[in-house]
Amino acid sequence: MHNSPDFKIPIGPQHPALKEPESFSVALKGEKILGVDIRLGYNHRGIEKAAEERSYVQDIYLIERVCGICSHSHATCFVQAVEEIAGLAVPARALYIRTIIGELERIHSHLLWLGVAGHEIGFDTLLMYSWRDREVVMDILATITGNRVNYGMNTIGGVRRDIDAPQAEAILNALTILEERTKYYIEIATEETTIIKRLSGVGVLSREDVLRLDAVGPTARASGVKRDVRVDDPYAAYAELSFDVITDNHADVYGRTVVRVKELLESCKIIRQALKNLPQGPIAIRAPRKIPAGEALSRYEAPRGEDVHYVKANGTEKPERVKIRAPTLANVQAVKHMLRDRFLADMPIVVAAIDPCFSCTDRMVALKEQAGGRAKVINWQALHNFSIEWHKQRGIDFAPLNKKLKERLAR
Amino acid sequence: MLQEVLGSIFKKPATNLYPAQKLEMPDKFRGKLKFYPERCIGCKMCMRDCPTGAITINKLGEGKFEAVIDLSKCIYCAQCVDSCPKKALEATKEVELAQLDKNKLRVVYSSKG
Amino acid sequence: MGALFYILIFPGFLFIIFFSLAIEFIDRKIYARLQNRVGPPWFQPLADFIKLLAKEDIVPTASNPKMFKLAPILALTSVITAFLYIPLWKTGALFSFNGDIIVVFYLLTLPTLAFFIGGWYSTSLYARIGSVRCLTQLFAYEVPLFMGILSSALLADTWSLKEMAVFYTQHPWFWMFNLLGFGISLISLLGKLEKVPFDIPEAETEVVAGSFTEYSGRMLAYLRLTLDIEMVVGSVLLALVFFPFGLNINPALGFMLFLLKVLFIISLISLLRTVVARLRIDQMISFCWKYLVPLALLQILVNLILKGTLLK
Repeated sequence: MHNSPDFKIPIGPQHPALKEPESFSVALKGEKILGVDIRLGYNHRGIEKAAEERSYVQDIYLIERVCGICSHSHATCFVQAVEEIAGLAVPARALYIRTIIGELERIHSHLLWLGVAGHEIGFDTLLMYSWRDREVVMDILATITGNRVNYGMNTIGGVRRDIDAPQAEAILNALTILEERTKYYIEIATEETTIIKRLSGVGVLSREDVLRLDAVGPTARASGVKRDVRVDDPYAAYAELSFDVITDNHADVYGRTVVRVKELLESCKIIRQALKNLPQGPIAIRAPRKIPAGEALSRYEAPRGEDVHYVKANGTEKPERVKIRAPTLANVQAVKHMLRDRFLADMPIVVAAIDPCFSCTDRMVALKEQAGGRAKVINWQALHNFSIEWHKQRGIDFAPLNKKLKERLAR
Repeated sequence: MLQEVLGSIFKKPATNLYPAQKLEMPDKFRGKLKFYPERCIGCKMCMRDCPTGAITINKLGEGKFEAVIDLSKCIYCAQCVDSCPKKALEATKEVELAQLDKNKLRVVYSSKG
Repeated sequence: MGALFYILIFPGFLFIIFFSLAIEFIDRKIYARLQNRVGPPWFQPLADFIKLLAKEDIVPTASNPKMFKLAPILALTSVITAFLYIPLWKTGALFSFNGDIIVVFYLLTLPTLAFFIGGWYSTSLYARIGSVRCLTQLFAYEVPLFMGILSSALLADTWSLKEMAVFYTQHPWFWMFNLLGFGISLISLLGKLEKVPFDIPEAETEVVAGSFTEYSGRMLAYLRLTLDIEMVVGSVLLALVFFPFGLNINPALGFMLFLLKVLFIISLISLLRTVVARLRIDQMISFCWKYLVPLALLQILVNLILKGTLLK
């Protein structure tokens, strides 16, 4: 009786704590959480399939809309993969501009997160202030790219818009304001009593758990794991810029907050360097409409963590396969772990602390029957059995291998 | 926190009172498309690159073209502006495009006469 | 006839409805300005109220309709009744007898119980959690709130609000001794009003709207009005108990002073909820019992000593 839940409450698919539909079924004993079931798939849009039916140029704008907040991340990640297949040498100036936009986007995403986190713990003043200050970076993004979100900055082989001298000046001015405000937010996050009370010790994810569950981005860095694609596998202009990877050892929501606010300062530092060293030259090279056959995997450190895109080209105007692994998919399993034995009141902030983006993450499995072509939805176990059968028909049998593995594990 | 909060009383609210007070769009803004029929050569590159199929070029006669832009489909990426070899398309700063009548979202540009 | 006018129009039923809507506007406006926002226009609370009155009432099929409908009415009537016992800008109130402080406390606790009943019988999971939190919270803030107010009554040596007003008018400046009690009562009042940092029962991001989740239309309008009137009654009570000066002067001037006192308390409430985050229910209870109650005991001790020395 001790561990049987009193009742299960549904947080989602529609719930004020969640900005996107996703289902968390929380088993409660009083105020205590006994277990959480996460169900993905409420916001599946079939973007990967849609990308296979459009040309590469059209895909940039489609992929950009995978996520409203990290639109530049997804677009850059996709474009990098295509450029690698086509063997295009992107001009240095374009790489620097991509880096600048990427870091501006990180600032805007982290400020947005800070506000959402404030709202989740009932601190609406923080929400209002950080979103007000976010307008500074949004305005700058609008000036450079022409839009506040979905910047449309990338094209295959470079970027579409240049940064001229007055714009560089405007960015530097905005950075001065942002740095000053960031210092204020660091002060608030580390000194405000009620915030610390709500954040510290909540949603603990140890270093070992990060490695086991493969968390990425600020979630991993807050547990002391130095994991950042910008350093591990530099893309764009990051190899030529010097910056620190912020880590923290609190391993809880407080640590994640500290990592994010400190990263704001690092981003400002990166943008200043990039603007100073901005090379001269063209901003794009002409890309062929037909991309030669080949495949590439591209990694990008989005504000929420590592974003992975896989593109397979078959020599036509359209990609044969596009696969997107958004950072939330890597982190969402950790949420279940973080919520164990916490209170219901911690649920919103723990979920928010991974900075979830559910529509980027949502996926489903549908198989078409060979006869008739009717689609059907099947569960994981059935899919597993189906794949074993499918391989057996083609002469691949995993049974001996599995047996060997089991024996090895037993030993 | 207290200091910042009390300081806000004497500050002007950060809110823009929108319909009364309109924002100036930045120079690179991608708003409603404008089409110059006299520059069009009918290569239809814009139609090919448009991610949503919002633009249609129709041939009216020898060297005469009209563009039909469906504003409800357009995502304002301005790829067509980049694709056009003759600069026959242009993104304007016009943003207030909401309509109650769906037919008004279809904009036709054709040369006079 | 006079009594009827007093109850129904001024400063009874009609006055308190409009006054509480005005107070809600002021609270929201100050809150907005402190957050560097514009805030709502002056008629917003009234417009919300009328809009809700015009909406459809939905009673969940699984709920107990009688209890579900009874709760808002019970809550509203009890707070309006409580208002009649409090002297506003004179030393006299409409009803007064020895022991009316207890009655006011009782009438102010009833809405919380009504929220519990309404939430519990609506059978929604969110509402049930909200209701349980409502009651849990009640045991935390009620004690320091009562102790804070009673310490002031102790100094005046009476159980009647009217006589308390008379005492403090005869002994001006004595209210200065009760300022600690004022702080304690103000913080506890936030719990009663379910405002940040103690808005745990209706924490939007956890339990949607708590006890109110299933309410709509007219009944939601009553519940919201109840909370507004509770805020007015609470601040009027604190104004009387802790700032009992200028009660027997020229009525017009007294009324102005009364408004100023209420406004001061309302702006303190708005300020407090601007600068803090919502606490968890366990943190809230330990805060009330570990800090507020000992401080309230200290205030009572101080007042006992004062009574033994100054008032001898």
